[in-house]
Amino acid sequence: MLGEKIKYKAIVIGASAGGLLALSTLLEIIPSNYAIPIIIVQHRSKEPRGLLEEILQSKCNVKIKQVDEKEKIENGIVYIAPPDYHLLIENDFTFSLSVDEPIRFSRPSIDVLFESAATAYKGNLIGIILTGTNNDGMLGIQSIAANNGLTIVQEPEEARFPTMPLAAIHTKKVKHILTLAEIQTFLLEINTD
Amino acid sequence: MNFENKELKDLLESIRYVYGYDFTDYAEASVRRRILHFMAYKKIEALDEFGKMIVRDEKLFEEFIQVVSVTVTEMFRDPSFYKSLRENVMKRLATYPFIKIWVAGCATGEEVYSIAILLKEEGILNRSVIYATDINQKSLQIAKEGVYAVENMKSHTANYQKAGGIESFSDYYKAKYNSVMFDKSLKQNIVFSPHNLAVDKSFNEFQFIICRNVLIYFNQQLQNKVINLFYESLCTFGFLGLGSKESLLFSEKRKKFEETDRKEKIFIKTE
Ligand SMILES: C[S@@+](CC[C@H](N)C(=O)[O-])C[C@H]1O[C@@H](n2cnc3c(N)ncnc32)[C@H](O)[C@@H]1O
Repeated sequence: MLGEKIKYKAIVIGASAGGLLALSTLLEIIPSNYAIPIIIVQHRSKEPRGLLEEILQSKCNVKIKQVDEKEKIENGIVYIAPPDYHLLIENDFTFSLSVDEPIRFSRPSIDVLFESAATAYKGNLIGIILTGTNNDGMLGIQSIAANNGLTIVQEPEEARFPTMPLAAIHTKKVKHILTLAEIQTFLLEINTD
Repeated sequence: MNFENKELKDLLESIRYVYGYDFTDYAEASVRRRILHFMAYKKIEALDEFGKMIVRDEKLFEEFIQVVSVTVTEMFRDPSFYKSLRENVMKRLATYPFIKIWVAGCATGEEVYSIAILLKEEGILNRSVIYATDINQKSLQIAKEGVYAVENMKSHTANYQKAGGIESFSDYYKAKYNSVMFDKSLKQNIVFSPHNLAVDKSFNEFQFIICRNVLIYFNQQLQNKVINLFYESLCTFGFLGLGSKESLLFSEKRKKFEETDRKEKIFIKTE
């Protein structure tokens, strides 16, 4: 298998343009009793508030939930960052939200989630960058790598928009470049450990 | 570069000791992020070095306040909140002969002028007083002047209309060069003043308290403390308006409020 024998405690995923399809492809194979939490920033417009979650839930078995402020992170739930807030992870594994200025036009920002997740989960974190038209996630991927977490990027040739995967790869801190099908296999593999 | 929670706590503790500003119960991830950015911008490499500098250098501390207090705001932010105020709160406020409102954590004032506009359109601004407070003195100064960049007015106007506004929004301000200044009639009944929710006490009794996107920066303990402060500062049947992702979940007073509008986070104190 692709990961070393490490007990991963969380997965963070960043997606932008084209992300809905990629996310639903990945998440529809996740069982409802998945062993760890999956935490997602998908760039999204301010409204309508719960549409993304509803669409994903209609396709998936695993519970999909928009993050509530100060919520405790639990295994087997897919958390989505709310529109118009940055999502951060505290060291006690609860969520915080912030309305700090958008970063390169994005709020939520993938970098903000990934950097705080790397601080909280250290080497027990998996970070995945999917399709997108900007370079959000570049700093986050570097932080995860610096904390000995595992970094994965969607194969740019397969991605609907390759810019974001390419920007992440450009950091030279990406461990695996995989197609969605390969990421699916990987997500199921770490679940059986 | 990063640092442990203990180091962060120690730094915030020494700031509290020296300056009386208490950030020790702020949500850590965001404070950590802002400190790291500030240090990078100041080219300071280590946290203990930063700690030594900040307790000696008041100017640096003032700059630091600008960084940790997140001043981001807009007019009629979340228009549906203001729409709900029009529909569910304004009529009730109108029944009081004299109306006192507290906008806590008002930043640069856009929210305060939004509330003043609602009161004016309801015909009750002249018998209202709005206390607008924040810890950030620089922001308060901007709020007091009521002068804003002209390029934001387009989105402010759109928000106003989404919030159910039907007047001509540009009647509320005068444009001059690249900025706009809000009308004196809106400002007359606003009192701007410093107040720190983490350390200062209740200073009046209000029929309506608005505190949006401030509690998210606090940990649960401080959130609870601040909700207690609001509870003490509200009259019975007074309203409390929070930010769209904030709640009374972590407050021991949550049973003493009812939801006026669940989705918009508007509560009424019932006992
Ligand atoms: C993100 S702004 C929110 C502005 C506005 N209420 C809104 O929702 O658009 C947060 C504000 O809270 C203020 N603040 C932070 N800590 C505070 C405290 N302890 N007491 C009072 N205000 C505080 C900051 O200075 C800043 O102006």
